[in-house]
Amino acid sequence: MPITYTSGEQVEVYRFSIPVTIGVPLLALFIQAFVPLRFPRFAVYFDLPLLVTIFFAMARRNPISGLLTGSIIGLAQDMLGHNPIGIYGIAKTVVGYGASSLGVKLDVENAGARLLVTLGFYLVHSAVYFTVARWMVNMNQSWVWWHGILAGLANAVVGVMLFFLLDKFKQRT
Amino acid sequence: MESVLGRYRNLIILVGVLFLQVLGLAVQVKRQGNDAEHTRLIRVWAVGAITPLERAVIWFQSGTGNIWHNYFYLRGVRAENRQLKEQIEQMRVEQVRLSEDAAQARRLQNLLAFKEQFISKTVAAQVIGTSGTDLSIYIDKGENAGLKRDMAVITADGIVGKVLVVYPSVSQVLLVSDQSSGVGAILEKTRLQGVLRGTANGEVVLERVMSDEQVPVGETVLTSGGDRIFPKGLPIGTVAKVSNGKDLFLNIKIRPAANLSKLEEVLVLVEKQDRQATAEDSVRVRAADILAQRLPSVPDKPVADAKAVEGAAAGKNGVAANSNAVKSQPQSKPDTGAAPKPQGLAGSPKPAGVVAPKPTDQTSTAPKTTGAGSSSTTTPPTSASKSVSAGSSSSLPATSKPKASKPISADPNGLAPSTPPPTAPAPTTPQANPQAPANEGSPQ
Repeated sequence: MPITYTSGEQVEVYRFSIPVTIGVPLLALFIQAFVPLRFPRFAVYFDLPLLVTIFFAMARRNPISGLLTGSIIGLAQDMLGHNPIGIYGIAKTVVGYGASSLGVKLDVENAGARLLVTLGFYLVHSAVYFTVARWMVNMNQSWVWWHGILAGLANAVVGVMLFFLLDKFKQRT
Repeated sequence: MESVLGRYRNLIILVGVLFLQVLGLAVQVKRQGNDAEHTRLIRVWAVGAITPLERAVIWFQSGTGNIWHNYFYLRGVRAENRQLKEQIEQMRVEQVRLSEDAAQARRLQNLLAFKEQFISKTVAAQVIGTSGTDLSIYIDKGENAGLKRDMAVITADGIVGKVLVVYPSVSQVLLVSDQSSGVGAILEKTRLQGVLRGTANGEVVLERVMSDEQVPVGETVLTSGGDRIFPKGLPIGTVAKVSNGKDLFLNIKIRPAANLSKLEEVLVLVEKQDRQATAEDSVRVRAADILAQRLPSVPDKPVADAKAVEGAAAGKNGVAANSNAVKSQPQSKPDTGAAPKPQGLAGSPKPAGVVAPKPTDQTSTAPKTTGAGSSSTTTPPTSASKSVSAGSSSSLPATSKPKASKPISADPNGLAPSTPPPTAPAPTTPQANPQAPANEGSPQ
């Protein structure tokens, strides 16, 4: 069924080719690991794998697909770091589920909606990450509001541009 | 039942996936210790998948950059070369001065039985990537190059971080700007100690400095050696901003000396040695030389006369011979840092009975100071210094040797002419063990 109907609105569901499904998250992980070599603050303020998770989850509009995408990308991100594996996995699983669930209910094709959604999910991601890292793993973490909002805005702006770029890979079901 | 499962299918799967991940986290946390070691295989796969790509990009990037910079973009190279040569000349002069100071410091440390860490072997490595999440980097050397966990990583400018996880050909290095890092630090002039940590936004701060302390902006921060990873005295950075923090501590922002944003090559300290500092031959100065230095009014005499005088002096009293004996055994003396100006004591005979390293002063040097060395240099003059001065004054006839022009690092103030006249000859046989009290004051 190419089109789903939710709350009386017509919402399109997209799918992606296998190279895009695998290649884009890997490329995001690679850029996330490589760019901080020249710009270390990039790792502090930007989270490309998160943006890719949000994009795929919202485009597919399938909660199970969204949470699995988030889970896999998050776990891969954990493997490259030195912290226990699963912190990013849990955070991105929640974001993937939330983004796909929201994608079913809202039109997230325009730039304004994407900006707000990305900002919101960045904060949700940070909150889940902080909660798990601080209270479950007992890591030395500090929460700085202004840093979170600033990083959220930066990610939202980059996300809007990235989403328009990734829109070209969408395939209608 | 089936309708309930169907209705909440998504939610159930979400809870299931989250539960599995929480379970995995719990297992890792329960094992504690080295988390990365328990998940090593998975991490090896992930690192193995990413790092070849990063190596390739770095190789291509550095290759093209080298071709451009080495063969095409040579503008200003001559001027720069000239400047560097001038700089080398200046640094040579500076090196002569500093080597004297260093030798003097080593001698003093030797007197106090200091043990310090020396960097004996380093391995150069190239930075090939980062983790992308925390502030850590990957370098292209691993177990095969002899790297191990918790080794210090530095550049010529300052410290970078420590080795966190070691793979066969790659290692992960935790930068000092990461939130989970911690480095023992000391301020160069005020000698205040603290702990260096990273913040959530990637800055570096010095913690645990009380708010009633005065910390000037621009002061240099060095490693204190307390973390047993970084040897003492490596540059960390400078104080960039000081403000009141919480819990009676200052909030001190540090500007790292090493440019953490442009790391290309780093050095890993693969071998450190804990050994006692030793005085070097370059500071072996005879008492006669010191006296000649502090008595410039004594004219140089012809060599023949000088030999005659030396022979006469040696025959009359044993002091000149004594000074020669000291020259041959500069490190075997029982004297310690009890003297206020020990520079003058390096080659001087000294009564063993006057060993007084003031261990109580050394042990009470509070966390603010680096150790016994700083306190011992501020101790007031003791009888030891006076007797030494007196002893060497008695060798005055031997000072007319022309060899007195040999450069020395000794401070003539330590043997100032205002010292009392010669008293009883100083015994030269060690009777007390200088190591015992000195060790008490050792920071190690």
